[in-house]
Amino acid sequence: MKSRFLKLKSGARIQVIEAGKGKDLLFLHSAGGHLPNDPLIAALATRYRVLAPLLPGYGESSGEDELRDMLDVTLHTLDVLEALKLKKPIVVGHSMGGMIAAEMAAIAHTEIEKLCLLAPAGLWLDEQPIVDIFTKLPYELPALLFHDAELGRRLMTAGGGDMGDPEFLKQFLVMNARRLGMAGKLLFPIPDRGLSQRLRRITARTLIVWGREDALIPPAYGEAFKKAISKARLVRVAKAGHAVGQEKPEAVLKALQDFF
Amino acid sequence: MKFTWFHLMPWPHMPDDFRQKHRSVWVDLPSSMYEPELGHIAYHQYLDQLEYAEKVGFDGIGVNEHHANAYGLMPSPNIMAATLTRRTSKAALVVLGNSIALYNPPLRVAEEFAMLDVLSGGRLIAGFPVGTSMDTNYAYGTIPALTREKYAEAHDLIRKAWAADQPFAFNGRYTKLRYVNCWPKPVQRPAPPIFIPGGGSVETYDFCLDNTYSYSYLSYSGYLRAKLLMEGYWKRVAERKVDESPYRAGFAQVICVADSDAEAERLYWPHVNYFYNRCLHVYPGFADAPGYRTIKTIQTGALSQFAPGSGRDYPSMTWKDLTEGRYIVAGSPETVRQQMEELIKTLRVGNVFCLLHMGNMPDDKVRHSTKLFAEKVIPHLRNLWPDWNNHDDRFWCHPMHEPVPLRVAAE
Repeated sequence: MKSRFLKLKSGARIQVIEAGKGKDLLFLHSAGGHLPNDPLIAALATRYRVLAPLLPGYGESSGEDELRDMLDVTLHTLDVLEALKLKKPIVVGHSMGGMIAAEMAAIAHTEIEKLCLLAPAGLWLDEQPIVDIFTKLPYELPALLFHDAELGRRLMTAGGGDMGDPEFLKQFLVMNARRLGMAGKLLFPIPDRGLSQRLRRITARTLIVWGREDALIPPAYGEAFKKAISKARLVRVAKAGHAVGQEKPEAVLKALQDFF
Repeated sequence: MKFTWFHLMPWPHMPDDFRQKHRSVWVDLPSSMYEPELGHIAYHQYLDQLEYAEKVGFDGIGVNEHHANAYGLMPSPNIMAATLTRRTSKAALVVLGNSIALYNPPLRVAEEFAMLDVLSGGRLIAGFPVGTSMDTNYAYGTIPALTREKYAEAHDLIRKAWAADQPFAFNGRYTKLRYVNCWPKPVQRPAPPIFIPGGGSVETYDFCLDNTYSYSYLSYSGYLRAKLLMEGYWKRVAERKVDESPYRAGFAQVICVADSDAEAERLYWPHVNYFYNRCLHVYPGFADAPGYRTIKTIQTGALSQFAPGSGRDYPSMTWKDLTEGRYIVAGSPETVRQQMEELIKTLRVGNVFCLLHMGNMPDDKVRHSTKLFAEKVIPHLRNLWPDWNNHDDRFWCHPMHEPVPLRVAAE
């Protein structure tokens, strides 16, 4: 994996992680950003040329102050796609990234022909409320995001660091505030910015993947997305939580290869 | 010195096992705990206490805004202040304040504050807090990272609405109004004095200095721990080369006065304990929504009193811990006088927001403590800023000289 930077006309400076060879695949991360040595990006890179830009507020990407709402973020990400000069890539988005990918495919439906949504956010069902991730404490996240909480804990803390060290804690709080502060513009207090009325505009062939044990966005949302997108297929992955791609990277890779 | 008797108006009937049964006093505690008939009694007792504070000589009486909680039962402090305009006549009405980012449109604050200023004959002191994260983000749904931008725009609108003599158009990002036309206007021109509750955001220092607003640090951890933060403020004042009027700053302090130190513990400990262990029992996940505080503020390391990592262990703290650590100022009038003098001088504050009602304190104790503070403590503290003539016109209200006398209905 290597890291490079894009400078957009908007002034945003975007860090892009690039790995692998093959057909172009744009990967849009979740509210948590990339994991250290992200297992999903690593798996996808065995078959695709993966380009994984970080949203402003994440990693070394900047420019988040000018992104305030869904349209800002959707257009920003389309700008990134254009600046990367990709030819009809598979657009893969996880959770918040799936919400952005779906918006892009709805707005620019002539440009996005292959779409993969991994447990996307963006809808709200009153009878299946989504857990309020903004109130969760860091130690609660592995069990919320992974079916195998112990695996989740190992993956999420692989970067190392000691919460007892004030300097590390401060850096962690800054990173957390930047990332979730940005994510909150799309997801707080309810992760619904009207996507349901735009999903019908998506013309891309769409693969939807859901972990059967998703404790954050219940699998019922997979059905709702499938129903609303015309050319969609839903694949459920056993023994996987919300971080389906990081928990079962091979299963997600196989579903992608089977579908596209 | 100016002393404001401040009421939080907590719910006084939280059960003894509240901490065990509920994770938070704010945001998600069940409202089935609230009993309106008991609430009726509490509200009137609390309003009586504020009126009593004026009677015994406090300069101001104060209320504030909170939502979805048992810590403070004033979703609308303006309603409380409105009742106080009728049965008080001298005290400043310190509404600290209205969370201006939460009103839609924020013009509502300009209108209601103007109403209060007119009703009270120019006795309003207006507070513009950002609001806690529990209130602003979790209870009222404001997007954390946009809260401050929304706040700044609301402030701009309110000040323009008060200043303008003709209708004007306001094209904000969050509020668009073709006709801004504030009726009524405040008695105090161009605006009532404005206090800004701050919790260590460095940006707030400059905001206060730019606008000649008084910086009010509302903390429950006492003046020893506030020293660093207030030094930061005064350092900024010096850097900006503005005058160092102590009335540029205020501090909230829990105070308990009795005839002796031992008597203070006997009388007030159960209620202080109720306050620190029930009223302040906030779930850490509600204390600080990511994006609510600016990156710059986090980098300075000034954590909110409610934030995870603020490192306070109230459940294990005793009366001795709280008094010796100066979380609370409590004891005989002489003990309280000494400590208040130290507080006022070390923090350099012209305003003190006195918290003399605590948690579930019964009315007779509230009045006892209030009366002792007014009669035996305040007189010795009045003259601590002689160089400033103990008053700064920029940071206190300007009542009308001849307010209309009130008449009773059944004359």
